[in-house]
Amino acid sequence: MTEHVLKINNLRVESVSGLVLVDNVSLELKKGEVLGLIGESGAGKSTIGLSAMSYARAGCRITGGEVLINGTDIRKQDAEGRRDMRGKRIAYIAQSAAASFNPSHTIMDQVCEMPIQHGLMSKDEARKWAIELFTSLGLPNPQTFGDRYPHQVSGGQLQRAMAAMAISCRPDILVFDEPTTALDVTTQIEVLALFKKVVKEYNTAALYITHDLAVVAQISDRIMVLRHGKMVELGTTEQILQQPKEAYTAALVSERKAADHIAEDVKVEHNEPLLEVKDVRASYGSFEVIKGVSIAVAKGETVAVVGESGSGKSSMARMITGLLARTSGTVTFKGKELAPNYKHRSREDLQRIQLIYQLPDVALNPRQTIGEIIGRPAQFYFGMSPAKTKERVAELLTQVGLPVDYAGRLSTALSGGQKQRIAIARALAANPELIICDEPTSALDQLVADEILKLLKKLQDELGLSYLFITHDLGIVRRIAHRTAVMLRGEIIAQGPTAQIFNPPFHPYTENLLASVPEMRTDWLTDVLAKRQQKTA
Amino acid sequence: MKIFGYKPTLSAWVGIFIVTFFLVLAIFAPWIAPYGEAETVGRTFGRSSAEFWLGNDNIGRDILSRIIYGARTTIGVALVTTILSFTIGTIAGLMAVVGGPVIDQILSRFVDIMLSIPLLVFALIVLSMFGSSIPTLIMTIAILDSTRVFRLARAVSMNIAVLEYVEVAKLRGEGLWWVMRKEILPNALPPMISEFGLRFCFNFLFVAGLSFLGLGIQPPLADWGGMVRDSGKAISFGLPAPLWPAMAIALMTIGVNLIVDWILSINARPSGASAEM
Repeated sequence: MTEHVLKINNLRVESVSGLVLVDNVSLELKKGEVLGLIGESGAGKSTIGLSAMSYARAGCRITGGEVLINGTDIRKQDAEGRRDMRGKRIAYIAQSAAASFNPSHTIMDQVCEMPIQHGLMSKDEARKWAIELFTSLGLPNPQTFGDRYPHQVSGGQLQRAMAAMAISCRPDILVFDEPTTALDVTTQIEVLALFKKVVKEYNTAALYITHDLAVVAQISDRIMVLRHGKMVELGTTEQILQQPKEAYTAALVSERKAADHIAEDVKVEHNEPLLEVKDVRASYGSFEVIKGVSIAVAKGETVAVVGESGSGKSSMARMITGLLARTSGTVTFKGKELAPNYKHRSREDLQRIQLIYQLPDVALNPRQTIGEIIGRPAQFYFGMSPAKTKERVAELLTQVGLPVDYAGRLSTALSGGQKQRIAIARALAANPELIICDEPTSALDQLVADEILKLLKKLQDELGLSYLFITHDLGIVRRIAHRTAVMLRGEIIAQGPTAQIFNPPFHPYTENLLASVPEMRTDWLTDVLAKRQQKTA
Repeated sequence: MKIFGYKPTLSAWVGIFIVTFFLVLAIFAPWIAPYGEAETVGRTFGRSSAEFWLGNDNIGRDILSRIIYGARTTIGVALVTTILSFTIGTIAGLMAVVGGPVIDQILSRFVDIMLSIPLLVFALIVLSMFGSSIPTLIMTIAILDSTRVFRLARAVSMNIAVLEYVEVAKLRGEGLWWVMRKEILPNALPPMISEFGLRFCFNFLFVAGLSFLGLGIQPPLADWGGMVRDSGKAISFGLPAPLWPAMAIALMTIGVNLIVDWILSINARPSGASAEM
């Protein structure tokens, strides 16, 4: 047996159209070692992870290099040989557990399937082993947990169940592909800790793929930074975090660090409130999502609403815009009450509040040119002539930092960040006073997201806009919000100037939320867990 | 060569060739056909000769000429019917999606009732009640067929209507008509285009079928289904007369299907509803 359980030499992956996705990447993994692969989207992280199992997504081909698992090149095996190695020697944990489980089989059946299929265990043995895994992954009622169906457990539990599935054959190598990205911060912390424990307990080697440096810092021994399919830098975790050699790594690190500090220049002045929400309740059917919420936004102010998924923060945006009709309470804009349903609001009311969505891909009509998308609000609200609309579109494009000749293009040809700029330009075209931003940066890469935040800030200074900023990312809140409201299960549990919310005395939930945001030091996870244990002890 | 930026496959080329061939026949029928549409020029069931390439039919008309003229009526009626049924079906489908749950319920339940009645029986009743003229024929088939188009249009638009750009347009205060025409329709069209080909085939066969039963296009106008009926008896004398129009029907159907297959393959999106019938 060779020293390295996984050794990838000069890997090259191309798309069918000839685009090089991964270019000459080599890496090696010792038993029990965790290597973090980090980079922005399109860096080739996931492609490398899948290549480690000699698997290429539809439309891609592995065109060069070798992938040695315990010294055997999996690429040279026939289909049967590869099938035997996958799952047994190397296993994969995907980002979306919900999409990886078959909804019509119980979790137990799916976790046991692999060892039985590979002929490693009998049915009863597999069952016992699965229960043992459930226990060590901290799943509730491990004896009966497996009898449930995937939709009957929470996202964090399902992610852990998928880890159980991957470990079920005791593979030498685990590939984690952004396993905590879809989870809330408070859940992420538990899952991360359990992954760390399991990797140690079974002495498994792992590739950990993520875009979040702080997450990878907690679990990996070494980090490889990737960009455009090429390796930028490889080093120990400490070295990458403390003394990055390459400029790109340094940019990633400093960007992530910036999120840890509260912006000092935040001014807190209280003008007449622009938007006032008082004691509002709203529900989907019989399920109440907003339970008596009050919040106000003044002119030129940014108010952040933070909370985890399911806290009702997006429903609040929908309620204010009138997409979700409130059942009681009042929403006033400049002292005038807004109708609960957008259909009953005047054109002027609609024009004053604009919305920016999380996913720019579905927020822009793929069959309209950018000129049409941005020009329409100008035409619709202000009756501009075609020539004037054209001028206005050019002005708006310049304002959001895009070339004027983009007006003739379709949005499908743009990158995520550019699309979000178009969405911002469309909102601006209506000359709004308040823009509701619903997680506008969470689908974007860190550096791109940072640019968008800067743009929003610049526009606020120039145009005196107010923002209601909905996000789950506390780093963003600290940097841009004047005031912050923390939401939990449809209620606002804490509200006030950002500096006050982020400094003691905390509301217990806020404290928990804050403590769950990964920090850029390798011992952070151990610290937090130690603190938690002290509390419960 | 590329069509709409895509390279047709070999089978698509065959389909394009067949369809173009019949379309040219249909458009230039009076110049191509050697004899008139309803002219008796030879003997009953005359065999094929240098004069009459495909022989003569039951009253001595030239079969080749009638097939050429028949392309005009059969394809023409089927095409107009399909365009009409798509217009009705798409507008109704979009209305059901953007018009709110009440309109949706009314339209959808009405369509359910229509779909529960066997198509052929329904058409036969209507046509025997109102008599079979070309406008009645077109209207009857178009309305019956539009129920199927409605289902597809509704299913496709339903998936688009929940997207955020549609929400943006609604929040802007845009009217229903704008939302339907500018936001939903352009995005619903791609899956509907291949459906257009399939519906055309179906309507084309339906027209031919009705004519064969004597309730479709009436003589002396030539049409392929009617021609099979006219010369049907010849088959028992071992004469190929009814086979020629039957072959034309088959060829046209295959040609359109080959093109549709190709469009479907380049445009492989889940369309929400399958092409039933």
